[in-house]
Amino acid sequence: MHRFAKPSVFLKITAPILPWLVGATVILIASGLYFSLIASPVDYQQGATVRIMYLHVPAAWMGLFCYVGMALCGAMSLIWKHPLADICARATAPIGATFTALCLITGSLWGEPMWGTWWVWDARLTSMLILLFLYLGYIALVNAFDDPERGSKAGSALALVGAINVPIVKFSVDWWNTLHQPASIVRVDGPAVDPSMQLPLALMIFGFTGYYFVVLILRVRLELNERRIRALHLSGMFDDNGENSTAETKPYDPSHNAEASQ
Amino acid sequence: MSLSRAKARKRQRMYIIGAVMIAVAGAAALALTAFEDSVVFFFSPSEIVEKSPIDPDQRLRIGGLVEEGTVSKQQDGKTVNFVVTDMAESITVAYAGILPDLFREGQGVVAEGHMSPNGTFVASEVLAKHDENYMPPEVAESLKKSGHWEEIEAKNAEQMRN
Repeated sequence: MHRFAKPSVFLKITAPILPWLVGATVILIASGLYFSLIASPVDYQQGATVRIMYLHVPAAWMGLFCYVGMALCGAMSLIWKHPLADICARATAPIGATFTALCLITGSLWGEPMWGTWWVWDARLTSMLILLFLYLGYIALVNAFDDPERGSKAGSALALVGAINVPIVKFSVDWWNTLHQPASIVRVDGPAVDPSMQLPLALMIFGFTGYYFVVLILRVRLELNERRIRALHLSGMFDDNGENSTAETKPYDPSHNAEASQ
Repeated sequence: MSLSRAKARKRQRMYIIGAVMIAVAGAAALALTAFEDSVVFFFSPSEIVEKSPIDPDQRLRIGGLVEEGTVSKQQDGKTVNFVVTDMAESITVAYAGILPDLFREGQGVVAEGHMSPNGTFVASEVLAKHDENYMPPEVAESLKKSGHWEEIEAKNAEQMRN
């Protein structure tokens, strides 16, 4: 596994995948939006307001998915001290925070016409808001230290402890009574969403997931390149007399990266 | 030699993280169970009956289905009375205000207010509770025709009870 976790290998593997992933994501989201906004039936009670669900549910899924990914990367970075895991966790946090915020905003917009309120403090809504604060806390914490390694240690610990919130978000509607409706898709009796509405929902869920991986790859690349530049600066390669340039840049293996980015 | 020591330290870190996670999960479970009454968003009519008599000054929420044929406008022209039920117990709710669009008979509602001494719940706010079913109007129509609609309503009532 450690063989695959080298930055150079990451760049090499993701370079050919990225264009396909971008293409698939664009097709999925475009067709998903077409079906969710135009080619799907209205709900018998909610009317066209049901279309908010096609953004809300995938955003909620991504908020949880990204958090699990971030916590796993945090654990790997704590246990194996793997720099790539730390970079992935840092790269995931703002994406997950954005999806969580999108979920809260769309949920609020749906709640006003349907429930009659923008916001209530029930278990589902509150735990989702805590998820957003965990993301924001993680982002603030990893950037609060001058030494990035200490920042990632503190951040990983926060991400791991906060992972307790993920099952609470998912099962809050089963454990306690809430204003939020119980699970519609992942539940024992099979989906409670009509098949004609499942298609746009599935397209959007896969589209959002693809989007996450595209942005993740781009962000990790950016971070790796930034680190290379920093290392080159430190090594004095940009100075007039760069004597020890080879020793410092070696861990980043510039030849490998150059090969991968072609 | 040094390699195996590094491995042992990694394993040790893994165990520590595992132990911390279990401890945090346990603490969260205990805290959430202890504060169950504050975590739940509303009480069902059965729970209200269990807890009664309830202090009229205590604000609380009651949730359940609006019983069919019980919605009636009072003579003052503002107050609406309806019965909230979980199919086991029923409580009459009085509310003077604008009802949400989704408010209708057979649908879930959550009302916030207080118990008056005569046993009616006086609500200051009424929210509609949507269930987890999403379907086009034609499907809802055919479910009503084939008689499967009652199953859904019975399930909704059951969810309100727990």
